[in-house]
Amino acid sequence: MKVTTKFLSILGVFALLLLSSNAAFAKDKEGGYDPVSTVMEHIGDANEFHVWYDTHIPLPCFLYAPEHGWSIFWSSAFHHGHAVVDGYVLNHGRVNRIADPAYYANHAHTHDDHADHDHGGENHNHGSEGHGEGHGDYIHLDEIISKTVTVEETGVEKEVYYAIVDGKEYKLDKPSTIDGGVLGGGITSFYDFSITKNVATMLLAAILLIFLFRAVAKGYKKNEGKAPSGVQSFMEPFFVFIRDEVTVPMIGEHKYERFQPFIMTLFFFILFCNLLGLIPFFPGSANVTGNLAVTMVLAIFTMLVTNLNGNGHYWEHIFWMPGIPAWVKIILTPVEILGLFIKPFSLMIRLFANISAGHIIILSLIGLIFLFGENGENVGGAVAGGIVGGLFTAFMNLIELLVAFLQAFIFAILSASYIGAAVEEHHHEEGHEVAH
Amino acid sequence: MMEVLFLADFSVIRPDPGLILWTTVVFLLVWIILGRMAFRPIQNALKQREDDIQSSLDEAKRAREEMANLKAENEQLLIEAREERAKILKEAKEAKETIIEEAKDKAKEEAQKIVASAKQEIENQKMAAVTEVKNQMGKMAIEIAEKVMRKDLAADSGQKDFVNRLVDEFKLN
Repeated sequence: MKVTTKFLSILGVFALLLLSSNAAFAKDKEGGYDPVSTVMEHIGDANEFHVWYDTHIPLPCFLYAPEHGWSIFWSSAFHHGHAVVDGYVLNHGRVNRIADPAYYANHAHTHDDHADHDHGGENHNHGSEGHGEGHGDYIHLDEIISKTVTVEETGVEKEVYYAIVDGKEYKLDKPSTIDGGVLGGGITSFYDFSITKNVATMLLAAILLIFLFRAVAKGYKKNEGKAPSGVQSFMEPFFVFIRDEVTVPMIGEHKYERFQPFIMTLFFFILFCNLLGLIPFFPGSANVTGNLAVTMVLAIFTMLVTNLNGNGHYWEHIFWMPGIPAWVKIILTPVEILGLFIKPFSLMIRLFANISAGHIIILSLIGLIFLFGENGENVGGAVAGGIVGGLFTAFMNLIELLVAFLQAFIFAILSASYIGAAVEEHHHEEGHEVAH
Repeated sequence: MMEVLFLADFSVIRPDPGLILWTTVVFLLVWIILGRMAFRPIQNALKQREDDIQSSLDEAKRAREEMANLKAENEQLLIEAREERAKILKEAKEAKETIIEEAKDKAKEEAQKIVASAKQEIENQKMAAVTEVKNQMGKMAIEIAEKVMRKDLAADSGQKDFVNRLVDEFKLN
């Protein structure tokens, strides 16, 4: 009972915080609450770490535009989206680049200045408004507007953003993505190699993991020949679980040792990223494992480890499956080759979809507060939304906690099973069947 | 319209090369550092500990078996010792009996010898005594004869009777 009251009061504070924060949600064209954009913005990556209301943790930006070269500065140089830095602006938390050559023609002098002050953003004084002070670094960004345009060739409608600087509109480019335009992205005029919110969270997870396991490893050194103690005995069941339930049964008694560190790293890296994503405030909240780029890299690692360790039997079974008629082999070989890519692809999609879905559901439930609250006009509705959404969110969080462990486990066990299939010493199947 | 907007904003599905690069770097770092620093040593330590536990258990089992063996051996020894003792006791008893028997026989023999020699002695003594008596009687006969001789002088007939009587008396002896 006491816990429930405490929980509800925390929920209330949280709801009020959200209600009071105009930075936390996206507005639609009429200035109202836009639930879809809000959710998408929250699960997306960002170039600064939003803590609450107007507080942001600045993150380093490493930006590369082929026509301009590298730009390196802190995201605080954007003044929360009020400044143009090196032709870059902050649009809904993400760095965008002014693609219009007219901008660079109009602001040629500041452009040249930047050649000398590459890190200008870092030591930039917050108080120095306007570019008439001789610095030339600070270019005020009036506004970012969006227009829905129709792409001529395909007839598809698309949202295009424009930066308004000195009263003029300049088209904005999003960071390049490597989906080849299939998913609405593609190569644009610049690449974003910044330490984004997701990268910062990954680094945090990495640091936490290294500290945790350093303590655990120390425990093994200290307690050699003795019973485990402290954090060592807390983590040991995880290690033993991964070994006895994942690597040994999947890879086999004799070969599991080589792959145990990889599987452990996969499991704990995914788990920690998942769990950090469940924390609704700084330093959590980033949707790391719900980003396709992250799960793609993890899946590619699994694919590489699997195929680089594949033995002759494994490749024989892929290219020329023994023990079946030749005409079946002709059908089977392409299927097996496709399987090489489908397996890691399924890993990638499964983790991405599960974690993203969890974040979307929770954000949608929190969004009920704003929907019921009718943009702050209906406080009673907001409270009702807060209670309903809050309770469902609490429930969802419990499920997400399970999912965080489950997905890390599934990724690890499937990776182990793929590796196991690649390194397995086959007893020949035909012989096997005859023998029985 | 909504679908397009949705897809346009759904940025997480579009792989960002920056995020790909950083994920690769961070994951590789975590893999190498944790592998070197923690996972391999933990794995080895766990394996060693499990081996230790297994060998300790084996050792304990072996010790128990040895103990059982030892116990059986001791029991065997005890049984043997008991048998030995019984045998020794039996032998001792037999020896005792033999000795006693022998002693008895010897004593009997000795006693018989003593008795025999005593008899001999008695015989000898008797013979000696008889001889002595005979000698005495000879002497007495001579004395009597002397006295008779002297009496002869006094009365003849009476003398004759007297001598006869004397001779008869001696014969009785």
